[in-house]
Amino acid sequence: MSEIALETRPDPLAGTDKSEQGDVRTEEMLVNMGPQHPATHGVLRIVLRTDGELVLEAVPHIGYLHRCAEKIGENLAPYQYIPYTDRMDYLAGMNNNQAFAIAIERLAGVEVPLRAQYIRVMFAELNRIASHLVAFGTYGLDMGAFTPFLYAFREREMILDLFESACGARLTYSYITIGGVTDDLPDRFLEVLDEFMDYFEPKIDEYNQLLSFNQIFVKRTADVGVISAEDAVRWALTGPVLRASGVNWDLRKSTPYEIYDRFDFDIPIGLPGGSEGVPRAVVVGDSWNRHIVKVWEMRQSCRIIRQAMEQMPEGPHIAAKTKNLKLPDDEIYIEIENPRGQLGFYVRGDGTQIPSRVKVRGPSFCNISVLNHIGSGCLLADIPAIVGSIDIVMGECDR
Amino acid sequence: MAPEEICIILKQEFGDAVADTVLSARRPYAVIAIDRWRDVAAFLRDDGRMRFNMLQCITSLDLVKENKLAAVYDLFSVPVVGVGPCAVLRHHFAVRVEVDRDNPHLPTVSHIWPAADWHEREAFDLMGIVFDGHSDLTRILCPDDWVGHPLRKDYEFPLEYHGIPANTEHEINSPRH
Repeated sequence: MSEIALETRPDPLAGTDKSEQGDVRTEEMLVNMGPQHPATHGVLRIVLRTDGELVLEAVPHIGYLHRCAEKIGENLAPYQYIPYTDRMDYLAGMNNNQAFAIAIERLAGVEVPLRAQYIRVMFAELNRIASHLVAFGTYGLDMGAFTPFLYAFREREMILDLFESACGARLTYSYITIGGVTDDLPDRFLEVLDEFMDYFEPKIDEYNQLLSFNQIFVKRTADVGVISAEDAVRWALTGPVLRASGVNWDLRKSTPYEIYDRFDFDIPIGLPGGSEGVPRAVVVGDSWNRHIVKVWEMRQSCRIIRQAMEQMPEGPHIAAKTKNLKLPDDEIYIEIENPRGQLGFYVRGDGTQIPSRVKVRGPSFCNISVLNHIGSGCLLADIPAIVGSIDIVMGECDR
Repeated sequence: MAPEEICIILKQEFGDAVADTVLSARRPYAVIAIDRWRDVAAFLRDDGRMRFNMLQCITSLDLVKENKLAAVYDLFSVPVVGVGPCAVLRHHFAVRVEVDRDNPHLPTVSHIWPAADWHEREAFDLMGIVFDGHSDLTRILCPDDWVGHPLRKDYEFPLEYHGIPANTEHEINSPRH
């Protein structure tokens, strides 16, 4: 067996030689950030080894929300497991339901009616907007801007009202289920949605004026926590984090699932400073780009929703007989584009109704694993800027 | 590149190290022998025809009937600007490595794909697969003092943890698996 040379990891102490900077040598200190901390977005604990204001090491510790959801999946029939999926990434319940439903449908060979697929895509994109609004608002909070949060939640509230009218729930929907959606759209739903879209689209410019191009915000985020494209791919970062590093990769375009190939939309990627509409100090792959890619994605989601509303066909909203599905003795792994990145489900059947293995590949889990790599060597005050821009949800990170 | 072609190339390069190829499944994969897995992994990442630069997921399996554990690696080739035309392959492949259930040792691939770091820790924590050569193989989701590996089919649920009693009314300590 020939040995492969192990790649040396970057030395966190490199470039921090105090004698070069003419600074007084200070003592190293361990700072425990979290698990209860407003800037960690849930129960994330980061152990920081610091030298003055400089962070030498930022080691994330996760698992505080672990419920072993994968073991639960081995004890329930797929339609019973749907409510557990939207409690993973609780800000994007629709997308999580959709991912698990697609995995089971492909495994068991269920044909989903066309109308159901349109409704699913519409709701998945609405949920993407709602999720990005939370990310946008709370990122402002992390950076000391309180007002944008209120604006973001005002519009998110309207999306939640739309969801409530369709399925009765505001956060954990279980609306998208095996074979379609649980209920057809309520009366006048498309008209109300159309009104909302007309109202919402101009608001995106308002968000940018309020936060994205604010001088203080740009100074806090530009050139902070830069992730190169190669690093992003090596660490398997996905979603807005990967695209902010300049990699044009979105599963909705590269391997379209459901009916995403029927829509015309663009994939926003991170841009260098000085490009059109980008402040000069910005670098590809920095925190500002990770923020703005989400704002740009909201506009693209609006385009998809408008096209889906126009093309909405008539027909049944769910396939017949999906409750007592027998899963074949086979396995499947699918990934879909969640607001936070690629959400993967591995399901293995054994001929009964209950899967013998369910595995979840959470985008937050993979995205936060890069924190030590980019966090070492930055300033203490930059850590909230980096964690906030990666936009994690601990429920799905810990599962 | 289609999974069939990838399997043919792997067989040409590594011969018997490709123990099996399952192409009829909904998700095709190749089974690789443990002792050549590190070489195959480096080949999959670096060869111009493969360029699997992204390790998306490591799924650990408990194959009770065969008395084996397995790790399934899902690999993608993602285009990166400026790394040459070969990087735009956009294909997907899965590799399965099986290991004896009583002595589950696998070589780490975290030096080839850094993304494997946390996935291997998770497989160790929940399934008890030991990844030799990993820099920090500790529990990641369960507490450090947790006993056993919950995703094993013969896992026995604890009746209490630090004085917190577990509910046994619903036969919770004897689930289906």
